[in-house]
Amino acid sequence: MIEDSQSKMQILLCDDDEDDRMFFSDAIIELKMQHVLTVFETGIELMNYLHHPDTYLPHILFLDINMPCKSGLECLKEIREHAKFRDLVIAIYSTSNTAEDIEETFTNGANIYIKKPADFEQLKKTMHHILNMNWQYHTAGLNKETFFLSI
Amino acid sequence: MKLYVKYDINLACRVILQEQLEALEIKYEMLEFGEIDINESVSDEQFSQLQCNLSRYGIEIINNQKSQLVQRIKDTIIEMIYEKDKLPTSTISNYLADQLNLSYGYIANVFSEYTYTSIENFIIIQKIERAKKLIIEDGLTLTEVSYKLNYSSVAYLSAQFKKVTGLTPSSFKRIVDRRRELAQNN
Repeated sequence: MIEDSQSKMQILLCDDDEDDRMFFSDAIIELKMQHVLTVFETGIELMNYLHHPDTYLPHILFLDINMPCKSGLECLKEIREHAKFRDLVIAIYSTSNTAEDIEETFTNGANIYIKKPADFEQLKKTMHHILNMNWQYHTAGLNKETFFLSI
Repeated sequence: MKLYVKYDINLACRVILQEQLEALEIKYEMLEFGEIDINESVSDEQFSQLQCNLSRYGIEIINNQKSQLVQRIKDTIIEMIYEKDKLPTSTISNYLADQLNLSYGYIANVFSEYTYTSIENFIIIQKIERAKKLIIEDGLTLTEVSYKLNYSSVAYLSAQFKKVTGLTPSSFKRIVDRRRELAQNN
């Protein structure tokens, strides 16, 4: 009955850069995990989708921190203002990797902080680790409010 | 005003199950670990109603034998980490094989087939999860946590914490504290 939504990972991706979007979706496809990927090009599109009453919460949202108009950080803060999104796992990726930026992003509500990997193989490994860990959190009912992963 | 609540997820689920079963007038007996013994036959209609009512709470009736086994493996591990004062002195593989009355090889295979991870990794995640709770909710020091979770040293606990979360325990605590401060100020 609820088999389908349970067994397939529902993944959202929001990134303004076409190449990055392609890299991400290629990496996820190559992992051969059952999933449904929905892609957005702007933070505004993403927020409209999330707020739509028919939208089911995904298992994870990948968010680029640097986007024009509405940045990833703005989306993150806005999402965390709503109690209904409390259980949504948010993975932010950025080119910065200072300890301050990482702690700041977690404080603002991110669950996962990704330092953008240098090459495709590394990206695949990173995505594999993240999706795996997220799946454990989801299926074992662990506390997502204290779920942090910096990778 | 903001309230911080601490809840017992097991108790919450049991109460939901009781209420839902009673609402449909199904006679049952609640066993341990999410097992329920139904004392009399249940009509298909009642069954699908129950399935539907429970799904609202994210509770799923498991029909598949192997996913039932996976659930029992997880429950046994969680019980081992949370309820026993000390983790078993024998190896974990022996402990699981004894408790579940199956060979460890079979248990490990079924587990990784269904969960995308290994038993060893699942145990590490669960232990770190408990460490987080002990640090935040009970305010234990790392030394106390490492003793309680049977780590050979604080350094080993710290290293494992860093491996699972990418953060040091002190950075983790700082983030949680600052999130609470932020929430309080809003």
